[in-house]
Amino acid sequence: MANFFDIRARQKEAAAAATSSKTPAQPENNRLQPWVEKYRPKSLDDVTAQDHTVTVLRRTLQSANLPHMLFYGPPGTGKTSTVLALAKQLYGPELIKTRVLELNASDERGISIVREKVKDFARMQLSNPPSGPAGEEYRKKYPCPPYKIIVLDEADSMTQDAQSALRRTMETYSKITRFCLVCNYVTRIIDPLASRCSKFRFKSLDEGNAGKRLEEIAKLEDVKLEDGVVNTLLRCSEGDLRKAITFLQSAARLVGAVQGKSDGGDKKRKRKTVEDDEDEDAMDVDGASNGSDVAITIQSVEEIAGVIPTPTIEGLITAMQPSSKGTVYGRVSKAVEDLVAEGWSASTLTTQLYDQIVIRDESIGDWQKSRIVLCFSETDKRLVDGSDEHLTILDLCLQIAGVLGQK
Amino acid sequence: MALLVDKHRPRSLDALSYHPELSDRLRALAASGDFPHLLIYGPSGAGKKTRISATLKALFGPGVEKIKIDSRVFQTTSNRKLEFTLVSSNYHLEITPSDVGNYDRVVIQDLLKEVAQTQQVDLSAKQRFKVVVINEADHLTRDAQAALRRTMEKYSPNLRLILLANSTSNIIAPIRSRCLLVRVAAPTVEEIEGVLKLVGEKEGLKGGAGLESRVARDCGRNLRRALLMYEAVHAQNDQISEKTPIPPPDWEALIEVIAKEMIEERSPARILQVRAKLYDLLTHCIPATTILKTLTFKLMPKIDDSLKADVVKWSAFYEHRIRNGSKVIFHLEAFVAKFMRLYEGHFMGMDLDFDD
Ligand SMILES: Nc1ncnc2c1ncn2[C@@H]1O[C@H](COP(=O)(O)OP(=O)(O)OP(=O)(O)O)[C@@H](O)[C@H]1O
Ligand SMILES: [Mg+2]
Repeated sequence: MANFFDIRARQKEAAAAATSSKTPAQPENNRLQPWVEKYRPKSLDDVTAQDHTVTVLRRTLQSANLPHMLFYGPPGTGKTSTVLALAKQLYGPELIKTRVLELNASDERGISIVREKVKDFARMQLSNPPSGPAGEEYRKKYPCPPYKIIVLDEADSMTQDAQSALRRTMETYSKITRFCLVCNYVTRIIDPLASRCSKFRFKSLDEGNAGKRLEEIAKLEDVKLEDGVVNTLLRCSEGDLRKAITFLQSAARLVGAVQGKSDGGDKKRKRKTVEDDEDEDAMDVDGASNGSDVAITIQSVEEIAGVIPTPTIEGLITAMQPSSKGTVYGRVSKAVEDLVAEGWSASTLTTQLYDQIVIRDESIGDWQKSRIVLCFSETDKRLVDGSDEHLTILDLCLQIAGVLGQK
Repeated sequence: MALLVDKHRPRSLDALSYHPELSDRLRALAASGDFPHLLIYGPSGAGKKTRISATLKALFGPGVEKIKIDSRVFQTTSNRKLEFTLVSSNYHLEITPSDVGNYDRVVIQDLLKEVAQTQQVDLSAKQRFKVVVINEADHLTRDAQAALRRTMEKYSPNLRLILLANSTSNIIAPIRSRCLLVRVAAPTVEEIEGVLKLVGEKEGLKGGAGLESRVARDCGRNLRRALLMYEAVHAQNDQISEKTPIPPPDWEALIEVIAKEMIEERSPARILQVRAKLYDLLTHCIPATTILKTLTFKLMPKIDDSLKADVVKWSAFYEHRIRNGSKVIFHLEAFVAKFMRLYEGHFMGMDLDFDD
């Protein structure tokens, strides 16, 4: 706790020292943000690993003509960030409020409400950049094309009816508005809507680019990484950069806390950077407990990510093997009971079991594997439907054991 | 008089008696100022709630313990009025949206935005954000979960969520992606024994005779249950010896009876008898899944090893149907019938399998 107050006090000092350009509140509230928000791409150039999409969008910035768009892809791949960055670059800070309407799943989106909101927004007169030389400057920086953008984020949670209603609305106002739909599952968007849009697929982030971004953030935050940590982060987050960043932040906090205890929190040397640099990001670098010399380890990342330790998985697999010691049921049910009591997530467990049994274990024959994969399919479906995890996992393990027992 | 479970609930991270590494981690997060959204998961009775209350205290100080309970009325789009209970302090708010069933989305949409848009009232508060604790997050409908997504991002300077759940399978991927997942394992048998001894000492209960270790073994690694059992045994007996029975809850005793009956006789008449008992359990609000699961595990010691995998298979099968179906009694009864058939078949040397 002492540490915490200490930092606050220093923060105030730092803010006071940086008298000029910024209001003191700004850097502070920035620092308190989770890293995912802090490092949300601010322009298209910051968006990592979606080269194709970014190239096409950059072209639209120049031509200032935009089709209706549909962004789709798994969570944490940059869809929302890209729309927001695009909007910012098109209209700049002055116009963005009046030119862009964002509706997401946290807004009521029934048929009549969407129609109403869109209508009101579309009818509003186009706001213009300030006139005179200032306006010209502004236009040079931001193209300000003569239409408004309506962003429907998380569109896959809109009902089919609401989507159909949107069709008409889209046509009615097509001269002065462009729609941008954002979703995870493109199949949940009805065809007539999807076919009106240019589609942009956001890929799961590939290792190279996402890794670079993580290293960049680690550097800005001044945390050290052991060899292989970046790869572990990427593996554990399955192509979801947001998850990877959250893991990184928590791991950094953990390391920082350990360090803070041992050295009493001597963070003075960081002061210099803060005072020297007016840049917002550099300001943020002075995080609560970073700047420690202890590096983040692979193990700490795996622990935070909830990866089940290999010996535990192997123990379960051993229990499934036919052998003379005790009964298969006795061994498997005990192992499963322990796993459940330890609170391991069933979906993590199935993923890791699958990896170990189907992908890695070469002693299991193809014929057996072909039967085992059926069990995994059923299990996944049941878990997503909300079945009881204990029964479902026990069933899975006993069935696998059954297949392994037949030679 | 407060129950032992509540009376001796640890109130700070330092007072928590097991999982010290986890307490360290929470302490580090609480001290950092850029606390992420959390999704806390683990079996029931593992102490998730206690740990979260302690974390809130580490975040905001003792002020979070000054709690008031309000009720609020929400209006749905179809003009239905929903009454909803909120537990709150100056710094946080606790809700159980599954109380309002399918209308949980309305509550989430309105309430969270409102909280997010009002700033911390206490200017000297240690954190700029408020925390909303959502109980039973795994029971939130898909729509309600979707409604959380942008709110969690947009309002993150003012608002942090702590979601509590038994499992993460029911939480949609975009929400999991927005939270730091924190697993709370159930305490081990030894740890439970330790807690019981400590509570016993504080209460001046006569311990000894190995009661603590017997309760710890019987409670299924559920600390809440252990404490309730421990208190019940003490309430019912003045003298405690090695032989003092630890009675299971009524409903569990009834399920044991059902299991016995299913083994004794396999006939349509028996199914009828069992059905009556199942109804009885359901009307006493024992969840169908709990019934099916308990029944399955009570049957296991009574049957031959070669049958066990099959029984589990059908139990899991019907449990899935309970989830997706609407008449739970059908599926419970189907399991009873299926079991009888399997058992009969085994008894008669597999003859009955021929007509499959
Ligand atoms: N391509 C990317 N480049 C840089 N940062 C990214 C990228 N993708 C994700 N991030 C990081 O992850 C965070 C979340 O990204 P974003 O909100 O754009 O995800 P999303 O695709 O909209 O996900 P969801 O489907 O869950 O809404 C960003 O704030 C940023 O920190
Ligand atoms: Mg998004």
